[in-house]
Amino acid sequence: MRAAACNAWVNCVTDEGFLFLTGDLGYNALEPLRERLGERFINAGVAEQNMVSVGAGLAIEGMNVWIYSIAPFCYARPYEQIRNDICQHRLPVKLVGNGGGYGYGAQGASHHALEDYGALLALPGMRAFVPAFSVDVQEVVDRMHQIDHPGYLRLGRCEQPLGQEVEAFSPWRRLVRGGGISMIAVGPLAGPFWQHILSMTESTRPDLWVLGELPVTDMSNMPSDLLNNIEANGLCVVEEHGLQGSAGQQLAALLMGGGVMPPQFLHCYAKGYPSGTYGSQSFHRRESGLEPGQVMEALGIAP
Amino acid sequence: MEVADNFISIRKKAKERLLRMHYEAGVGHIGGSLSALDAMLYLHHYVMSTEDQFVLSKGHAAGALYVTLWSRGILQESDLRSFHEDGTLLSGHPPPGRLGGIPVATGSLGHGLPMACGMALARKLKSRPGRIFCLCSDGEWQEGSNWEALIFARHHHLSNLVVLVDVNGLQGFGSTRAVASMNDLGKHMEAFGLRTRELDGHLEASLEQMHARSGEDRWCYLLQTVKGKGISFMENRLEWHYLPLDEASYCQALAELNS
Repeated sequence: MRAAACNAWVNCVTDEGFLFLTGDLGYNALEPLRERLGERFINAGVAEQNMVSVGAGLAIEGMNVWIYSIAPFCYARPYEQIRNDICQHRLPVKLVGNGGGYGYGAQGASHHALEDYGALLALPGMRAFVPAFSVDVQEVVDRMHQIDHPGYLRLGRCEQPLGQEVEAFSPWRRLVRGGGISMIAVGPLAGPFWQHILSMTESTRPDLWVLGELPVTDMSNMPSDLLNNIEANGLCVVEEHGLQGSAGQQLAALLMGGGVMPPQFLHCYAKGYPSGTYGSQSFHRRESGLEPGQVMEALGIAP
Repeated sequence: MEVADNFISIRKKAKERLLRMHYEAGVGHIGGSLSALDAMLYLHHYVMSTEDQFVLSKGHAAGALYVTLWSRGILQESDLRSFHEDGTLLSGHPPPGRLGGIPVATGSLGHGLPMACGMALARKLKSRPGRIFCLCSDGEWQEGSNWEALIFARHHHLSNLVVLVDVNGLQGFGSTRAVASMNDLGKHMEAFGLRTRELDGHLEASLEQMHARSGEDRWCYLLQTVKGKGISFMENRLEWHYLPLDEASYCQALAELNS
């Protein structure tokens, strides 16, 4: 998705206030943006706390600031700077974390982001965007560029099934119609579930939706088809994020508060490192029970 | 000479108002406000133009900033009376966004200077005039983010940034010398690309050196100050980082100011 994001940012260059900060990352991806932006592309070096506060100062002076790094270095290292300098000032600074979830695979736990949007959404005014597919990124960047409050963009790996078309980005999209339980996948994890569900019998397979914007705070923004099916057939939420601050927790609280009681609720989330060992993104998903086959088995749905 | 006479008058009124504000609110952080007040007043009255901005990185000296802005007519008497009250905008550390003369909220140390760097960079990129003055505490230089900011300021040639350090020698639970000695703070600053001068942070004849300097240099002023300056029982006393004034100590402090 980085290439798509780079193209989307290049399209923002006409905004004279647009300024891009990177924490010394973006090799083999952001070079076109660097070329186009010139002095408004700033490699702030390996100094994330300073980078975020500098971004806040630039925004106070009226610039439209985007800040980029590997996801954990973007939100965890400078968390207080995001809280105090960006969010408490309600500045429209946009944070970009590349490799959300287990995206950096065997690089190890330091490079994983299992609590990024949960942690950030605890801050005032923050919204998180999780594009599922590369084709979503332009629309997401455009939306984020327009909002007047802080935003976080979680980039991952595009896993769109070959030959499948997806409608334009919106916070809620149905990917596969099914007669079974409602399934909500957050971001790129929707891809492998889409692929898997396509081979299942339509009458019993999950009704798959992808969620691309958080937090989920208003049931009136949820599609009525989805709500009706949740009430009739239950809900399964899958996400590559830890339990606390997760979309699953948000949805459970929202539905319960709104009087929608799904007959079944299964939440599949990132469990950390159950075996204490490390591997690819797929390995960690499997350890967390996030592979489609594992989820279907937990739901008691035949493949 | 006229400036000096005016400054003495401004300073006396501001100190009285600062003490009354803290006394009436029943809150501390008086010592660090008194060490920084003279320089803040001098900056705002004689050095800064309308295009300049001031960032108080040592946010615990908010009282001194509020009184300084009051002395410039930016904050009103009613504002000061609300200090620390329920519903006030004048919290114990500078708040975000809603008060003139306070471009950024601070309070957690090591945030003001990096934000000031961002503000200075924006002005450089936009070819906008005005300098960003940032006042830090001396203990605050134990925060790594400040050094990150100096690397950034040097690399981006932020000659519109002026760094001030309130060197009162005391921090939260000891002297700076005892906690994390940086006796050669000026040399460190020079090594990070700042032209550094030591000034007497309470003497107008010394503070005059903060007037505009031309060229591409980034300036740092190490303000040699006294915590609790001007009040005998507060001077160089750690406890006046925290203590509020009771009636007896308030009356004694006022008497000393007027003696």
